[in-house]
Amino acid sequence: MQTFNYVKATSLDKALAGASAGKFIAGGTTLVDLMKLSVEQPGALVDINLLPLDKIEKLPDGGIRIGALVRNSDLAWNADVKERYAVLSEALLSGASPQLRNMATTGGNLLQRTRCAYFREPSAGTPGGYGCNKRTPGSGCAALDGFHRTHAILGTSDHCIATHPSDMCVAMAALEAVIHVEGPKGKRTIPIGEFHKLPGDTPNIENALEPGELVTYVDLPKPIEGSRSVYLKLRDRASYEFALASAAVVAKVEGGHIRYVRVAMGGVGTKPWRSHEAEAELTGKSADAAIFRKAAEAALAAARPRADNAFKVELAKRCLVRTLKLATA
Amino acid sequence: MADTADLHLKHLRSQSPAQELAPDQQTLELEPLDGADAATKGGRFSRRSFLSGLGATGLLAGAAPLAAAAPAIEPVADESTDTAGSATVTLRINGKDYTLRGLDTRATLLDTLRERVHLTGTKKGCDHGQCGACTVHVNGRRVNSCLSFAVMHEGDEITTIEGLGQPDNLHPMQAAFVEHDGYQCGYCTSGQIMSAVALLKEPIGPTDEDIKSAMAGNICRCGAYTNIVAAVRQVRA
Repeated sequence: MQTFNYVKATSLDKALAGASAGKFIAGGTTLVDLMKLSVEQPGALVDINLLPLDKIEKLPDGGIRIGALVRNSDLAWNADVKERYAVLSEALLSGASPQLRNMATTGGNLLQRTRCAYFREPSAGTPGGYGCNKRTPGSGCAALDGFHRTHAILGTSDHCIATHPSDMCVAMAALEAVIHVEGPKGKRTIPIGEFHKLPGDTPNIENALEPGELVTYVDLPKPIEGSRSVYLKLRDRASYEFALASAAVVAKVEGGHIRYVRVAMGGVGTKPWRSHEAEAELTGKSADAAIFRKAAEAALAAARPRADNAFKVELAKRCLVRTLKLATA
Repeated sequence: MADTADLHLKHLRSQSPAQELAPDQQTLELEPLDGADAATKGGRFSRRSFLSGLGATGLLAGAAPLAAAAPAIEPVADESTDTAGSATVTLRINGKDYTLRGLDTRATLLDTLRERVHLTGTKKGCDHGQCGACTVHVNGRRVNSCLSFAVMHEGDEITTIEGLGQPDNLHPMQAAFVEHDGYQCGYCTSGQIMSAVALLKEPIGPTDEDIKSAMAGNICRCGAYTNIVAAVRQVRA
């Protein structure tokens, strides 16, 4: 691991002032792991754990504001979140392990990096190492014709097929979260749909953060009256494993018809995958199996599977159908 | 594989006895010298300093120093000074303050506990937050000590397996693991017990499935899972 200097920021201003020197660290569950693998090599770490960003607050409009330092376990077990944003609680509790959830933060989870084995290989993107355009743009992508059973089928490019690993972000995509950031140029908000970037020909750029910007809060709008939300995650084993396919659905059914629906998928996309196509197939229709299947077909219509991950197309469809059934039951 | 093993043995044989090291060269330097000095202050030995000194002292030392090994060493500061990439940090571990000078900022909490403070009950398995062997409590919550830098923990209350109970005064969870044989090789056990104690305060459900799910962050390669669940169930009851 490369040597780094360490600073503990005692205020937001001080954290932002130190940002140019290196990286922010909160829970460290991704960053420390990747530093050990030489994937991340910051010259300095700015510890933000003392910042007052660890609260979950109710907003006047009925939504909630989640501080960037709220730990995954605290968010998942928050009574209001369990009650009104069940999909988020379920997604968080399906991710990682209890120890990691005690460490991992809301802001850090938004910035979680891919589990692509080539990306995580210490020498990837260096001469003699595997090609990884995320590590070193232009070095190629070893996953395209390598081991890619767990890789993405939606939002891929010829430069990168790495899956976005987060469960939390999938739930937040269905909940239409708004991310607050603060940086050298001041404060701004970013809708979650615009926060994560498709790889395109710049897979090294993963999100909309500008240099030196820090995630401060995530706002969730007030839940739609009478709606219900569910997260379903399919994986190789029943716990402590990343999704092969997952779905987050928020739905409101009245008189057998779907009045409101938001659909997002995990384990299949290069970013948390909101499916406007599925929502269009569902909205106003009757809540039945045939419609759910049609929505699933629409959600995966643009899928570009490769040799080893072609199974994900049908798996993701069935995952979505099952989740829609649970959310509208 | 037999070929490889044989070659390996030949390789070893070729070094012995002609190239045997002089007794004073045989000490395994597992610890910084200052740590070894610290371990002998006041006539006390840590088990590690004793074992790493075996090469020099041979087996003549017998079992006597082992009997004296149980008390933890006194917190001591070493004399290195801070430079870029290092820091002085005071960690509160099991209710005791340890001031660590010249601590490399890269040192994880796990490595610091084991190599600097010589609390070796916390184990290093995968070193990437995947196995749970390194589980300790920070401010009462279980975390993977391998994925945290020690410098980040000034002011935190850190509890390791050594702070939970002692051989003559076991924590109920430790006693339950003994009673239910919740281990085979024992390497994952301290992490399993730290997790099991932490889950007692977590809002999980009452069933065995809930226990299994709450223990999912601790891998047992020997497969003692059934007995671990039995031990946790007994303490929860």
